Amino acid sequence: MKEFNYVITDEIGIHARPAGQLVKEAKAFTSKITLEANGKSADASKLMAVMGLGVKCGMEVIVRADGEDEDEAIAKIQEFMKRNL
Amino acid sequence: MEQFNGKSIFKGIAIGKILFYSKKQQQVKREKIEDNEAEIARYEAAKAKAIEQLRELCDKAAEEVGETNAAIFEVHTMMLEDEDYTDSVYNMIRKNSVNAEFAVAATGDNFSAMFTEMDDEYFKARAADIKDISDRLIRVLQGQGNTGEIGEEPVILVAEDLAPSETVQMDKSKLLAFVTRFGSSNSHTAILARTMNIPALIGVDIKKEWNGKMAVVDGKQGILLVDPDGTVLKKYEEEKKKEEEAGKLLSQLKGQTDVTVDGRHIKLYANIGSVADVANVLANDAAGIGLFRSEFLYLEKDDYPTEEEQFQVYKTVAQNMAGKKVVIRTMDIGADKQVPYFGMEHEENPAMGYRAIRICLDRVEIFKTQLRALYRASAYGSISIMFPMIISVEEVMQIKKIVEEVKAQLDSVHIAYGDVELGIMIETPAAVMISDLLAKEVDFFSIGTNDLTQYTLAIDRQNAKLDHIYDPHHPAILRMIQMVVDNAHKENCWVGICGELGADVTLIEQFIKMGVDELSVSPSFVLPVRKAIRETKYR
Repeated sequence: MKEFNYVITDEIGIHARPAGQLVKEAKAFTSKITLEANGKSADASKLMAVMGLGVKCGMEVIVRADGEDEDEAIAKIQEFMKRNL
Repeated sequence: MEQFNGKSIFKGIAIGKILFYSKKQQQVKREKIEDNEAEIARYEAAKAKAIEQLRELCDKAAEEVGETNAAIFEVHTMMLEDEDYTDSVYNMIRKNSVNAEFAVAATGDNFSAMFTEMDDEYFKARAADIKDISDRLIRVLQGQGNTGEIGEEPVILVAEDLAPSETVQMDKSKLLAFVTRFGSSNSHTAILARTMNIPALIGVDIKKEWNGKMAVVDGKQGILLVDPDGTVLKKYEEEKKKEEEAGKLLSQLKGQTDVTVDGRHIKLYANIGSVADVANVLANDAAGIGLFRSEFLYLEKDDYPTEEEQFQVYKTVAQNMAGKKVVIRTMDIGADKQVPYFGMEHEENPAMGYRAIRICLDRVEIFKTQLRALYRASAYGSISIMFPMIISVEEVMQIKKIVEEVKAQLDSVHIAYGDVELGIMIETPAAVMISDLLAKEVDFFSIGTNDLTQYTLAIDRQNAKLDHIYDPHHPAILRMIQMVVDNAHKENCWVGICGELGADVTLIEQFIKMGVDELSVSPSFVLPVRKAIRETKYR
């Protein structure tokens, strides 16, 4: 299993549009990817769950990937977050 | 006439009949079904159709309000495809043998409740999105068409709440304004209203009985007037007409250069009296600020404004203008602008009394505080300083000496400042007569026509009895302006007009032919003056 921490800089937080994009990214991998923030955890391939975390600007998110393509998944998600969130 | 208050989303005026929009009540009954898997297949078919509808909506929205705002419908699609949502629907159908409509309604309620309970306005507002997709599914399952039909006549749409899909489906040419009870300024509907430039009020205590009544939406003040009186209606019709004309002028002239037919560039700046006016300057597309009256800093307070307070104000204006020129006039207190804490003695004739630069040169500490604040702020933009009520070269020499002291002091504490142009107001006949000498000492002149007219014609501006002979078009004034321009240009000094005369479109051609380099007018006059400049020939 691989993981990384990321602090959200987007003003609104993980809002609808980037959440949607994030889910798309996560679905492309076979590894199970989870987000942990705000004391809750969510499957990154589920939009409502990701939005339901209610992640706001300045909050720290722990992203975990577990599976065959976990290295690739972590790299890709990390890059996505830096660019969009 | 009844008046209601609301929160305005988009400033503007709308006048028209109210259409009270009520959603068809979606009656969802719980029914027992026999074949669970067939019901799930029915649900899947409805989902596919809903996604198809959303794709069409997304295309329509992209065309009407842009890709960014249309993205919400892609999110809706993804919500419909969400595994947790689908699992919940499946689960209810399989476990309880309920109809798909009921399973969707219950699932939608559960999920939207999850968002409603969140403590952030943005996430709270997402409950509406869940409701929107659930309603869409139910409509498809029940075989209903799209909502959002309005008649032929344009209307002010009044509703409890509007879902983004509803606002996009509506024919924009038939919509004058939105008025709703619910919704937040973060909702997609609010964002769409802003993008479509339609006045919108939220949080209004709406009533069904309004349907078909005449109304006015005043987005500027955030009010809705139902059954407006004739005079009120007329006032708003006039205001709306003005707004439309200004809007037309704006779209035609915004971004255009201030150049005469034969290619002479005129600096077209705006006059302001407070920080709040900057937004107006930018909205009206002025190339800079030609007169920032700093008096308000003194008039608003019970004591002398500190250097830091002044610095923050000048800095904000300089930064907001983003490198465009900002000419700040040092305080013009006295005459008709009295400030109690200055402790000034009563004067028989204050217009010719202890005022403006005369106070500054007498009470140098007040002056130095303002100059230090101005120079510090000059590091954040393009600031020029202008001094009012000048009558002699000696005054200018004194000012320059004080300026040098202030700069030296800032240097000694390593505070940075920018390159500041220094100029003077030409508003006394004396300054006009010695403008050849004054031009050698400063970078620019700004002619204050209001005071210049008063002093030249010996007419008290405050005396209404003399209004009929207070004539700023008097040949004496026009000759003075010509004299000032000629003298200034000999010394490479630029000349502006910042009095009310600068906005007099009947004189603009004459000013330009005289060689005036700059006109500074109230923000709302910038575009009409630009129009006049662009129609004028310099030679």
